Amino acid sequence: MSATAARGAGPDRGMPLATAAPLLEVKELSVHFAIRGGLAPWRRRYVRAVDGVDLTIGRRETLGVVGESGCGKTTLGRAILRLIEPTGGQVLLEGQDILRLSGSELRAMRRHMQIVFQNPYSSFDPRFTVLNAVAEPLRTHTRLRGEALRERVVAVLEQCGMPGDMLYRYPHEFSGGQLQRIAIARALALNPKLLVLDEPTSALDVSVQAQIINLLLRLQRELELTYLFISHDLSVVQHTSDRIAVMYLGKIVELSETAALFSGGARHPYTRALLASAPMLDPELRRERIVLQGGVPDPANPPPGCAFHPRCPGAEEACAQAAPALIDIGGGHLVACHRIGG
Amino acid sequence: MSEPLLSVEELQVRFQTYAGRVHAVNGMTFEVGRGEFFGLVGESGCGKSVTGLAILGMIPRGGAVASGRIRFHGEDLLTKSDAQMRAIRGRHIAMIFQDPAATLNPVFTIGSQIVRVIRQHTSISPEEARRRALETLDAVALPDPPRIFRAYPHELSGGMQQRVMIAMALSCGAELLIADEPTTALDVTIQAQILGLLAEIRRRQGVSILLITHNLGVVAETCDRVAVAYAGRVVEVGRVEDVLFRPVHPYTQGLLAALPRAGQAKESLLSIPGSVPDGLALPSGCAFHPRCASAVELCRSGEPALTVVGPDGHRVACHLFRREGAA
Amino acid sequence: MERPAEASVAATPTLRVGPQRFRELGLMLQAFRRDPLAIASLVVIAVFVFGAIFAPVLTPYPRQGLGDPNILEKFRPPSLAHPLGTDNLGRDVLARILFGGRTSLSIGFLVVLIAVAIGAPLGAIAGYYGGWVDDVVMRVTDVFLAFPSLLLAMAIAGALGASFVHAMIAIALTWWPWYTRLVRAQTVSLRERYFIEAARSIGVRSPTIIVRHVLPNVFTPVLVQATMDLGSAILTGAAISFIGLGVRPPTAEWGTMISTGRIYFIERPWLAGSAGAAIFLVTLAFNLLGDAVRDAVDPRTRRAAE
Ligand SMILES: Nc1ncnc2c1ncn2[C@@H]1O[C@H](COP(=O)(O)OP(=O)(O)OP(=O)(O)O)[C@@H](O)[C@H]1O
Ligand SMILES: Nc1ncnc2c1ncn2[C@@H]1O[C@H](COP(=O)(O)OP(=O)(O)OP(=O)(O)O)[C@@H](O)[C@H]1O
Ligand SMILES: [Mg+2]
Ligand SMILES: [Mg+2]
Repeated sequence: MSATAARGAGPDRGMPLATAAPLLEVKELSVHFAIRGGLAPWRRRYVRAVDGVDLTIGRRETLGVVGESGCGKTTLGRAILRLIEPTGGQVLLEGQDILRLSGSELRAMRRHMQIVFQNPYSSFDPRFTVLNAVAEPLRTHTRLRGEALRERVVAVLEQCGMPGDMLYRYPHEFSGGQLQRIAIARALALNPKLLVLDEPTSALDVSVQAQIINLLLRLQRELELTYLFISHDLSVVQHTSDRIAVMYLGKIVELSETAALFSGGARHPYTRALLASAPMLDPELRRERIVLQGGVPDPANPPPGCAFHPRCPGAEEACAQAAPALIDIGGGHLVACHRIGG
Repeated sequence: MSEPLLSVEELQVRFQTYAGRVHAVNGMTFEVGRGEFFGLVGESGCGKSVTGLAILGMIPRGGAVASGRIRFHGEDLLTKSDAQMRAIRGRHIAMIFQDPAATLNPVFTIGSQIVRVIRQHTSISPEEARRRALETLDAVALPDPPRIFRAYPHELSGGMQQRVMIAMALSCGAELLIADEPTTALDVTIQAQILGLLAEIRRRQGVSILLITHNLGVVAETCDRVAVAYAGRVVEVGRVEDVLFRPVHPYTQGLLAALPRAGQAKESLLSIPGSVPDGLALPSGCAFHPRCASAVELCRSGEPALTVVGPDGHRVACHLFRREGAA
Repeated sequence: MERPAEASVAATPTLRVGPQRFRELGLMLQAFRRDPLAIASLVVIAVFVFGAIFAPVLTPYPRQGLGDPNILEKFRPPSLAHPLGTDNLGRDVLARILFGGRTSLSIGFLVVLIAVAIGAPLGAIAGYYGGWVDDVVMRVTDVFLAFPSLLLAMAIAGALGASFVHAMIAIALTWWPWYTRLVRAQTVSLRERYFIEAARSIGVRSPTIIVRHVLPNVFTPVLVQATMDLGSAILTGAAISFIGLGVRPPTAEWGTMISTGRIYFIERPWLAGSAGAAIFLVTLAFNLLGDAVRDAVDPRTRRAAE
């Protein structure tokens, strides 16, 4: 299979981990939400939305994060940017722990890491013109004002494929694809290093989705950006990402090079089922269906041991006992399964 | 092909709104054969749901069929009275929606809701209805039907709720099931389960299925034939193998090229410029011409009609093709 | 809702270059103009406000309006010289109504202003920060809501003495929690939208976000509520004065006028009657105006009016 062609042609693409210090290192990151309700409202229960996640992203790399609804993808992205306070762990951006920064240090740090949301329609204050929306980060972090500010806004908008003559229009006058371009422009206004993309195309029409993906890939090349690309659409992450992390119930169950994962190298039974479930256009690519039994478990009440074991076709006794660790089975391919490696 | 079960001919639906007249459906034409799994695909707002609702005679307030025909068993549904349509809904044609939670009544048990639907359309005893309800719950592969029968909607997951909706649709022996994005709100692993279930009941019970979706992969994996809609009109229709693998219409071609696929170089996705037009101000002529790379003068002025371009009823509405074909 | 508007612009990009908001405003005014009740209520309110502001010029008896007695002419029935008659101290009732409007309307406006000024920011803070801040603020509002305003007015009058200012404080104290609740609910639903989070991810300070993004977006529902509340605040002010805990004589005030007038109501109904009519008209007008504003602002009801 020619899937290797999908990988970018950057000079150090093949071995970003070995050569340079990673841009982002996430260690043992956890986010637990206290929830009330149920039969005993006085008893606090916790949703372990993100549960001990480790990952690294090299400079100019794209790490894709996939998983089913509610598995914690968005929470992971928000916790990395500290838009929610993680329960524990470390998030090191160029070696500096974001979780230890004070309020003002954090605000200053924010110019280096930005986010693009899933829903472009609600990403903008309806009362702000395009100019004011894109200028907000610049006003907050720089001394640019007046004409210089306007010029910078026009420049970054044009870079994102939006003509500079719509500065005084309001968000509801644009289509979803146009708004997403403006959202990307706003995120790029300060030249960030890391961009978290939380399902940036899933609210868009198929014919528009490709425009945005192409734009993101071009910007990454031109501006040397690093992406954390969250999506539930496997074909999108396959196309955009260098490596892919598969999440299940708050944990990473497999992390591997994209090409390896899609050319039959997937090892974790959940990853395999996920790959087999995605509807495929090309009949040659269609794998034998692995239809999983049952649904995704309640994250507030996860199964003991390996959270996937009740749906796993090959579960053994050990799987219900202890949660498997994420181990390297060679070449940076990480898998968390009792039946593999170990 | 024998007489189709359902045929929609040149259907037009308009909505009168504050902002103006919305042309929601503009000449939808397709047929669904007996026992056929038919896909209706298109991007958001192209009139898929409104078409489905029009078939059931349930167009929301403010909207009305402006012209066209909907034949079911050869009879025109648009001439039926409200009472006649109520009898047809559920009994002969059933519909399931994207959001099952919004369709199920939260204060009644699953069982009582299915029993009510059954008894509305047939004159059988409560016990008989109960037995049939349990049978259909079993038929959609829900575990432990008696427990599900007693459960309330919120006690079930999204995938299970969608199974219940399918069970309800089947409980009266409907011949046509209209499924409007039945898996869009579900996870891929659950989506695979539901699509498998639909394929199986089609095979077992011979039900025709009209699957409304925007996911071309879903169509490729499940449907026999497919119609691609753009701005309220079918632009290409035919067998899945023909439409998805030998597309003729520039829009279908563009849509397929826009999907990321294995082995494709980065930044090489072909995107269709511009965005989907909206029903308030449709472009003249072929609605796709402002985004079409090969548009000619004729495309601006005249609406192309569906013409046969290949075997097994592969038809396309495009001036370019007709010209080439004629030449 | 969003789709038709946004997509139609995409199809005709050059048509609407100017700020959309002016178009919105135009549509709102149009819808407003088409509503006869709205116009009528606006006229009623304008008349009373005008009368209150220019009371000293409009009446030949400004001294009486301020409270000077004129015992010789007491209990005159309505006549050309005194269109609404005179009261128990011989003062011209129309002059008293006009001057009373100054008191009553300012109680209304000030109470609502104070209530919004306290309530809206607290609501925005509670809704924005959530967690324990929200819990504390909401518990406090519950406590204040539990007091009937009359009871609180009695307590305050008992402790500090009855006066115009104390009556206002008493009413405002029981009123602001409604705005806190309203604004909090609005803010919570705003938080679901990403633009607030976008501002946070940019590094904008939370107080700035509240002032810049939250409060302007809750302005409309607050305006509607405030308009409706003006009438009720005037009514409550009158009630407090009626039982003698608010405005003290000789200052003219509608509630006090009813209170004095009711003793003579059978033989001389014009005393209490005209003050009552004033309260009734103003309260009704503000309520209808609030309804009309809400309908004009909401595109859905605006469409229905079409
Ligand atoms: N603020 C919150 N309070 C409580 N629970 C939360 C909160 N945010 C998320 N959760 C829970 O955490 C889990 C992970 O949610 P998250 O939004 O990260 O999932 P996701 O993978 O992004 O899903 P999706 O694909 O639907 O966007 C879910 O069970 C969710 O209900
Ligand atoms: N009740 C309504 N009032 C006014 N316009 C409507 C109404 N319902 C639908 N429309 C319009 O009709 C057009 C077609 O809508 P429809 O819901 O059929 O789209 P769809 O193809 O099902 O899209 P989606 O994939 O988003 O479900 C849209 O332009 C929509 O705005
Ligand atoms: Mg998410
Ligand atoms: Mg639809």
